[in-house]
Order: sequence, then structure tokens, then C-alpha cells
Amino acid sequence: MDFFLQQTINAVSLGGTYALLALGLAIIFSIMGMINFAHGELMTTTGYALMFAGLAGLPFVIAAPLAVAVAIGTAMLMERIAFRPVRKGSPATMLVTSFAVAVILQTLFQNLIATRSQPVILPDALAQSVAIGDLTIGVNQILSITITVIILVALNWFLKRTTLGIAMRAAAEDFSVARLMGVRANAVISGAFAISGALAGAAGVLWVAQRASVDPLMGFVPVLKAFIASILGGLGSLTGAVAGGFALGFIEIFLTAYLPEDWQPFKEALALGIVILLLLVRPNGLIPAFNIGREKV
Amino acid sequence: MQAPILSVEKLGVRYGAVEAVRGIDLAVGQGEIVALLGANGAGKSSTLNAIVGLAPSTGQISFEGAPISGIATEALVRKGLTLTPEGRRIFGSLTVEENLTLGGIPLGKAQEKRRENLERMFALFPILAERRGQIAGTLSGGQQQMLAIARSLMMSPRLLLLDEPSLGLAPRIVDTIFEQVAELRASGITILLVEQNVAMSLEVADRAYVMASGEIVAQGTAEELSSSHLVEQAYLGHA
Repeated sequence: MDFFLQQTINAVSLGGTYALLALGLAIIFSIMGMINFAHGELMTTTGYALMFAGLAGLPFVIAAPLAVAVAIGTAMLMERIAFRPVRKGSPATMLVTSFAVAVILQTLFQNLIATRSQPVILPDALAQSVAIGDLTIGVNQILSITITVIILVALNWFLKRTTLGIAMRAAAEDFSVARLMGVRANAVISGAFAISGALAGAAGVLWVAQRASVDPLMGFVPVLKAFIASILGGLGSLTGAVAGGFALGFIEIFLTAYLPEDWQPFKEALALGIVILLLLVRPNGLIPAFNIGREKV
Repeated sequence: MQAPILSVEKLGVRYGAVEAVRGIDLAVGQGEIVALLGANGAGKSSTLNAIVGLAPSTGQISFEGAPISGIATEALVRKGLTLTPEGRRIFGSLTVEENLTLGGIPLGKAQEKRRENLERMFALFPILAERRGQIAGTLSGGQQQMLAIARSLMMSPRLLLLDEPSLGLAPRIVDTIFEQVAELRASGITILLVEQNVAMSLEVADRAYVMASGEIVAQGTAEELSSSHLVEQAYLGHA
């Protein structure tokens, strides 16, 4: 039972990070109909910002929000420089553009910083753990779960209670009609990138807090997972992205925990197999988007 | 007709090889209800979409005496004209109140005016007040149409383009919608109404234009058109 609870905490922690990343992908997809494959590089940017802040001697409580701010700025610049000019292009054009942005950023990291993994200075407290009964919970897990919950609550509030939030949901559903309400396309899309940058930044901080290192390709695997999570949840659906993120976290952690030793090498394949089975039962995802197939911007 | 609030000259709309609107002229006077009639595919909706900048067009469009061709839709609605699109297109995943909130965006920071308009809409369409927290996609067709009109009225437009408000609604509901359109006139709003329901449109309208194959084939006051065969001929295609 304790083992099960312990694994559940691990799953919530990992799933929360996937959920934040998947949500960032889903917000952009719901409004622009584009999968931003450069989302992972926003995570990596956050990692490097943390690294430099640590080298500069900034305490983590200042370095972490600063790193998130860097991710937000990078996301908005990405939109302004790379995606705005191709906004009216085909989905394929936007997809290829996002790959190009990802590769350009990876190359910049490799050439301007280092090709190899770099250590990130973190407070010792993050590596410690707290014992509650027979359970051992890492401080970084507590941080991860707390931050995920705070962000999900704050985002929910923003999308339901502010005019910009409501306008973003409306634009995701029917962009032309949103324009008839005076909703400015640039403001909504820029806002969506700022939010997705914040989500990638938060996920980046949590990711680095577990590993204490950063490398140029760091963002690739988690964002691939987040992409799978957002498809599992229902592409373009925000609630679905969160559900898909947690579902994937649970699948991965419980396979690692309960699969026999001989089967462990097939863990990833089995996890994806389960995702495919779930999609066979629910082809539009766990919680499908409201406007599947509707035309985007 | 009084001084036109909207005037359209040589308006053309083309989608690739298809010429949906072929150089039409029309004008709507301050405070009028003008109907734009015609069969399916005559170019009525394309005309409205072109006026609000949602369809690419050629020719001149002026609103309150100033040219508006080429101005972005989101900027145009802030000038005081808007479109209630065909098929209602309410935001189905949002609540009734959220839909109305969006309609108030062009008012900008005028919070007081937004609240006032919201109350006015709830008075005009009491069913929407009852259902303010309901997800709009679960409303009936007639209620959705009322919501679509109320959402447009939230921004206090001076000119409302209304595209096929009776589409897909039961006859009894259509009566209600038309009664509400007629009531709007009292509030001083100017309406350009696109409809397939000729008889009811001519009842509420002051004047009407009849379109066929992208051209205006007849125009006149509602009485003139009701008592002539021009409209029927346009529908049958030999006007």
C-alpha cells in the first residue's frame, strides 16, 4: 500500500510536469492550429537561464521566476519573429517553421553555450526529502506538485474570469466571430504565447530541479511526451491536455514500478501501446476539444 | 431615405474563379431597416462579409461618410458596425453571459456602459437572463439566435448586419425573432437584414434589394416589392 502511495506521488509529480507542457502546446494549438515543436526549446532556455542565474550567485527564489520570465519573453519573440509572418500559411508551413525554430535554437545553444550537459546550481534543500509515516517525499516533488496545482488554478481563473481569457477561449472556438467582437488577433495570439512560455518555463524549472543539469537537447523528450499527452487528452482541449499529462505520468510511473525486471526495456513501448489502446476506445482523446475540425485563424 | 449610414459602390467579391458579388451598389439610410433578399447563393452573405472585412472585396464601402475598405474587422466593430453571422455561430463552449461579455469588448473600458447593456439585453431577451450561466451550445436554436443578436447588440452598434436570422428555426420562433428585430428599430439602430424569408422581411423592412447571381436585380420600398412580381422573378431566375 505504501509502495502504491509512493508511486502515486511520483506519478502526480511527473504527470503534473507533462500536464503543464501539454497545456502549453494545447493553448497554441487551440488558437492557431499549430503544434509548436519549439516548445521544448523554451524549456531548455529556462534551464540555461537558471544555470546563468546560479553562476551569477542569485538565490533560487529569484532565479526561478526570472527563468520563467525569460521563457515568456522568448515565446513572445518566437511568435513575433517566426510565427506571425506565416500565420496565414498552411498548417504544414507553420509546423515546419516550428521545427526550424527548434533546430536554430538547439544549434545556438550548442555553439554559444556548450554541446555537453552543464550543471545547474540548486539549493541543497531541493535534493532533500521529507518522511511522512513510511512515505518519503522529495522536496522537489512537493515543489512540483504545489506549483502545478497553483498554475492550474491560476490559469483556470484567468480563462474564466478575465476578458482576455474569455476572448482566448472564444478565439480558440471560432476566430472570425471573435474578430467580430473586436478581439484583436495579435493580442490574443501574443497572449497565448506568453502563457505557453510561462507554462514551459515552469515545467523547465521543475524538470531541471530534478536533474540539476541542462543540455541543448533537454527539451526534446519531455515535449514529445507532452505532445503524446495532448493527443491522448484530445488535441486542442485544455482540460484534455491536463488529463492526458497526468494519465501519461501515471502510465509511465506505474509501468516502471510494477513491470517485472525482464520487461523494463519495453517500458516506453508498452506505455505508448496503452496510449494507442486508449485512443482506439476514444479516438478524439479523453476529453475532446469542443470544435474538432473547425477552421483556425 | 436619409443620409446613408452605409454606402457601397461597385462592390465585388471573388473566391478564386467564383465571382460571388459582381459590382453592386447599395445604400442604407440612418434608422432604416433594409432587407437584402435573394435565393441561396445569390451573394447576400458574401456582401455582408465583405462589408465587415471578413471577405476580400473590390469597390468602395463607406460607413458614416468615411471609407472603410481594407480596415480590419476587429477595428471596424469598434467604429460601430457589426455582423450577426449566418448560422448564429455563438461560442458553444462558453456560457451565455461569457458570450455577451465578449460582445461588449468593443466598448473598451466603459464598464458602466457594458453593465447597462447587459441588463438591457436581459430585459430584451428574458430567456437569456434565466440561462445566463448555461453553456451556450446547449441552448435551443431559437435561443442561440437570440444570443447571437444580443451578443452583437452588446457593443451598441449603430449599424447591425443581420445574416439569415430565421435559418433553421421553427415558424413560431421565426415570428418571435422578427418581432424582436422590429422592436430594435425603436432603439434607433439601423439594420441591414439578409433573408430568404421574403414575406416576413418585407413586413419589417422599409426598403429592400433583391439579389440574383451576384447582382442586384430589383430594389424598392417594401410596399412596392410586396405588390410586384419582381422578387418572385428574381427567385425563379429570369428577372
